[in-house]
This record gives sequence, C-alpha cells and structure tokens, in this order.
Amino acid sequence: MNHPVPGQPVQVPVLALGDVLLVSLQGELHDGMAEQLQQDITSRISTSRVTGVVIDISGVDIVDSFLGRVLAEIASTARLLAARTVLAGMRPAVAITLVELGLTLPGLITALDVDRAMEVLSQGGS
Amino acid sequence: MPEQDAAESAPQVVSSFLERRREQVAQRWADALLFRSVFTLSRDEAVEACKAVVDALSEVAVSGRLEDIDAPGFGTVREQLGRMAATRARAGSTPSQIADEVAGLRVPAMDLLRDEFTDPTSAQAQESVLALTVLLGTLRLVVMETALDANSELIERQRQQLLEVATPVIKLWESTVAVPLIGTLDSARSQVVMESLLEAIVDQRARYAILDITGVPTVDSLVAQHLMKTVAAARLMGAECIVSGIRPAIAQTIVQLGIDLGSVVTRASLADALAYALGRQGIEMTRSDTGASAR
Amino acid sequence: MHISGQASATSLPIGSDADLAWVRQHVRQCAAQLGFGLVQQTKLVTAASELARNTLVHGGGGHAEITPLDNGLTRGLRMRFADQGPGIRDLELAMTDGYTSGGGLGLGLSGAKRLVHEFRVDTEPGRGTTVTAVAWVAQVPASRKGLQ
Repeated sequence: MNHPVPGQPVQVPVLALGDVLLVSLQGELHDGMAEQLQQDITSRISTSRVTGVVIDISGVDIVDSFLGRVLAEIASTARLLAARTVLAGMRPAVAITLVELGLTLPGLITALDVDRAMEVLSQGGS
Repeated sequence: MPEQDAAESAPQVVSSFLERRREQVAQRWADALLFRSVFTLSRDEAVEACKAVVDALSEVAVSGRLEDIDAPGFGTVREQLGRMAATRARAGSTPSQIADEVAGLRVPAMDLLRDEFTDPTSAQAQESVLALTVLLGTLRLVVMETALDANSELIERQRQQLLEVATPVIKLWESTVAVPLIGTLDSARSQVVMESLLEAIVDQRARYAILDITGVPTVDSLVAQHLMKTVAAARLMGAECIVSGIRPAIAQTIVQLGIDLGSVVTRASLADALAYALGRQGIEMTRSDTGASAR
Repeated sequence: MHISGQASATSLPIGSDADLAWVRQHVRQCAAQLGFGLVQQTKLVTAASELARNTLVHGGGGHAEITPLDNGLTRGLRMRFADQGPGIRDLELAMTDGYTSGGGLGLGLSGAKRLVHEFRVDTEPGRGTTVTAVAWVAQVPASRKGLQ
C-alpha cells in the first residue's frame, strides 16, 4: 500500500478514458486536496465531453464526513452537468465505519471495482 | 511499640504494621499458592508483587475505608490482581477457589501482627487483628471481582470464536452470496455477520448478497437496525442486499414496532430472494420439458 | 474503570490540514500496535479525523493527546482533543445528527461517538472544548454494553 508522508500533498491524477473521467484516490488525502479535486473534476466535465466519472477509492484507508461530503458534492455537481458518477472499490472496513458514522451516501452510485463501475456507466440507466 | 500509643486507631496500627513488616509479610506471602503459581519464573518477582499488595493494603488502612472494595488504594494493585486472577482462571481455578487462595494470606499476616503486641489479649491487639481481618476480607472480594471479570472475558472470547464458526457465507450462484442467520442476532454477532458478508462480497465479486433471517427467532428494533446497517454497508461497496425469510409473525412485529425497513428489498423465502437476484442479472429459471413436466 | 499502567501520551498540534493527516497517521500506528483489528483501526482513525477537524474548524486549532491504555484485561486508546475556542453553547444540540455550525454534514460529534466505546465532551462557552474518546481492543467492552 502506498502511503505518502503527511504534510507532502500529492496531486490527485484525473485520467480521461474516452468520455469517462477516472480518478484514483490514494492514501492520505488533505482537505484542501479534496476540494481542489472537486474543482478539477467540475471544470473537466464542463470543458470536455464527459458522460461519466469513476472515483476509485480502493486505495483509501478512511472516508470521514468531510471526504464523504466532497464525494457526494462531486456526484451532485456532475449530475447537474449531465454526467454520472460511480464510487468504486470501497473497502469493507471503510464501509462499516461510514455506516456507523451515519453516512450512507444515498445519492451515490457504487460499484465493487473500476471494471464494474465502467460496466455500470456503459449500461446506462441507474 | 504500638500499644504505647493509645491514641492510634486500629486501622492506623494495621497500616503502620504493614509498613514496618512489609518485607516479612511479603516473604511469607510469596510462598502462598496464589503468588507461587503465578510468578513461577522468579521468587523475587513474587516478593515484589506481594510488596505491592502490602503497600496497597497499608494505603487502604490509612484511609480508614477497610470495607470499601473501591477504596483508591486498591487501584494500584487491581491490574496486577487481575492478571493473577486471569492466570489462575486459565489454569482452571474458579473465582471462589481463587478467593480461597486469597484467604490463605490471612494466617501468615495475622501471626506477624500478633507478634507485635506484648499482650495479644489487650483490647488494642484484638481490635487491630479484627481490622486486619476485615481488610483482608475486602482484598478477597476485590480479587473475586477481578477473577469474575477475567472469567467473563474468557467466556466472551470463546463466544466470539463460536460466532465466527456459526456465521458461514455461502456462494449461491455467480455473483450471489448468502448468509443464513440462525439464532439471536446481538450486537457482537451482527458485527461479525457484517464483516464476513462484506469480505465475501469482495472475495466472490458479488453483486447480490442475501441475508436470510428464517432462523432468527425475534426481530426487534435493534436487530432491524443491524440489518439496515449491513444493507447500507454492502451498498457502499456496490452490492445489493436482499433480506429473506421474514416469517409472518416477524413481519407483523416489524409493522407494529413502526420499524421502517425503507428501501431494503425483502422476500419471503431464500428461494424467492435467489430468484430475484438471478432475475436482476438477466438469468431466468425455466423447468425443462423433459422429465419434470411428465410427472 | 480502573486504568493503570499507562504508557506515555503523545501530544500533537492541530493547526492545519497537514496536522490532521499527522494525527490520523499517529492514531493508526498506535491502534495497530495495541492490537486493534482493521475495522476498529478504521473506526478510530475516522473518529480522530472528525474530532481533530472539529478542533481545527470550530475551536480555531488546539492539540490532540493520544494515550495507549491498559486496564489489566484489555488494551485501549484514549484520544483527547482540546481547544481554547468559543466552546459549545448547546451541547445537546451539537450532539444531534445533522446539526452543523461549520458547513459540514453535522456528523462530527454524534458520528464519532458511535465509533468509540467511551465519549465525553467538556465545554464551557468562551473557555474552549475538550473531547475525550476511548476505545478498547476486541469486542468485549462493546458487546457487554450493547450498542450505545
């Protein structure tokens, strides 16, 4: 597992695969980076033909209410810009913790991993 | 000599006796079964442990709270007593046997205390002996309490192991797993169910997870809450949960309790749940004409 | 609860985003060393993240004190978050799910409470807030008390 040293922000890479944006979150994510990412994705959707966003969080150790809110906001913003967002690869321990925390992210589409997320996007519907 | 100081109360006499005779009391106690069997490696260690207990008793005596098992003085040795009780419990002793071993500490200490007085029949000597007896009785209760704690921890651990064995996750079909729940669903068990189900979802790359509660005797609001949490966690991982096996009586309870299972997909039986999961994946089950229809 | 045999506490400043990351990483390391399972580790780190962010956002910064515990039966971790901020005027309200004064989801305090075994908030308007959270290894304390 890749754990960058805290205090050294790492840029979150946003990949374009056809009309789908793939974002892979890894390790420690600072609040500022998460907000930056939110802006990046929004501007990418509005400036290019993007119909779907896949956020891969399989490399994320924890999702707290702040990151949860950012993820939910990315999805809502993308929806307004006619793109669908799929959250992929949440680990079991993270899912259990989020539910206990009271954060069930009802508006988000979820998938087991990136492959499944791509499948969901290609099928259309919900 | 203690008896020359008539103003000293019995607990104070006991306290200063313990302080003065710390070494002797500790030496004698170190040979008692309780300490000998726990500190098997070195006698010095046993003596040190005994000294800690003597110091604690002295502190309790000085505070005058001879009968109080929550007296602050016991705080310092509680951890040590807990470890000792746990060691004895693992060796097969029951809490009352352990308490009897503590009672065995009384005689050596008493002998030393009696030696302090030139006239062991004096009122002060009698009172001091009584005070030490009460104090050691309290120590016995403290040890018994920690022993019971250690015991319940042991039981808890065994229960935990049983839980894991009793909660199998079965792969029913491609991308479909199921947990047949049998028995009471308490918080600890629900936690294990949730964890094993989510692990299975990852391992089997499952899209559907069936929680079958046919074998669960009652569903109260707490159980319902656990089910909802499991469903929500599975959804976060991209799998859909189906709760099956809701017997009519349980369905009624759920309605009467006003529990909202909300968006949870429910089916009457495990078979119905499987049919639903397969249907959602575009798999249809039909009876083949040969054989089955002939009957 | 009889707590003794404490190892040394670690004090960490909370003054920026990066400090939150340090707190999370330190809690993760301590929890792993103490023998917490993966799910419990995740719960602890998440609780720490929520509470440290409260200290930063609502308390204007402060510090975290992370202490390993041993009560003779099991090991635990105490996390204390202290600030000298405005304090919480209505604690009951602040502990309610969905209540927020800082633009978050309002799950900080109430959510963090559900992730640990013991939880206490000491606050006084104008004097600051200290939140103390304790979790014990394994499910012994949790199952004995039941859920919440």
